[in-house]
Amino acid sequence: MTIGLAQYLTVAALLLVIGIFGIFMNRKNIIVIMMSIELILLAANLNFIAFSAALHDMVGQVFAMFVLTVAAAEAAIGLAIVVVYFRNRGSIEVEDVTVMKG
Amino acid sequence: MIASIIFYIASGILLLSAAMVVTSRNPVHSVLFLILAFINAAVLFLLAGAEFLAMVLAIVYIGAVAVLFLFVVMMLDVNFAALREGYQRYAPVGALVGFVLFAELALVVMNFVIAPGAAVLRLSPAPGDVTNTVALGELIYTRYILLFQLSGMVLLVAMIGAIVLTHRDRKKSLRPDVARQQARQVADTLTMVRAEFGAGVKLVSPPATPQAEEISQ
Repeated sequence: MTIGLAQYLTVAALLLVIGIFGIFMNRKNIIVIMMSIELILLAANLNFIAFSAALHDMVGQVFAMFVLTVAAAEAAIGLAIVVVYFRNRGSIEVEDVTVMKG
Repeated sequence: MIASIIFYIASGILLLSAAMVVTSRNPVHSVLFLILAFINAAVLFLLAGAEFLAMVLAIVYIGAVAVLFLFVVMMLDVNFAALREGYQRYAPVGALVGFVLFAELALVVMNFVIAPGAAVLRLSPAPGDVTNTVALGELIYTRYILLFQLSGMVLLVAMIGAIVLTHRDRKKSLRPDVARQQARQVADTLTMVRAEFGAGVKLVSPPATPQAEEISQ
């Protein structure tokens, strides 16, 4: 059985579902939620790469690189916000974030 | 044949470690499983022929992002056991949403077809005679140079933002303040007392200077 587009898409879909399941499971822990977001972005990248390989088109890989960039920036800013929030409030529980009554 | 065996092994480890990321009790274990997931995703990228992105994933994700997560998890003194309250309560909802989403995606994966004219519409077909890194470089430095520079700006803004957010001025340093030293008057620190002979002196403490206050705090 050769490895084609469908196998990659199935793995990426499972990875996306695991990431979304992780967001639901760890409703309180913002750090694990951010790790789940990283998994979801990885699944998106896997799709880009798979289609790029299947269609012999380089643009998919270029776009995957931009997704990597944005994911790295998001992780840096998000973790900085978590650190500042922990310094001010002494907690990172998502449900404690009620200052703005959101 | 070997490629497909490697694909199944790598994707199996990838999915298992991703499941461990979201279910493990200790966030440090989560981060370590995240690193394992990234390694196996890099293997999948390699199998798909995206060598440069596989290396970028290994260097940027494992070397920077995952280590950043590890730093934050270990730096914050959080009671992670308390954060797991309600874990059982949310699991059925998460499983339901995940199942519905996966069913939809499975329907798409099983039924999709690539349009017959898709090969003609390719924006930049992969050149067959150069390596992946050369092909990618020839694209991002020519046609996508603006987007490439903009993604660099995104990283710069993220870096400045993270530094601005987490930077703290430490006021306790003993660095001399030259202006304050020059502006000091003798009367601020020194009190001359004319002592009566044989009667002793009543000590008057000099007015404390601001610098002395800071150091004593």
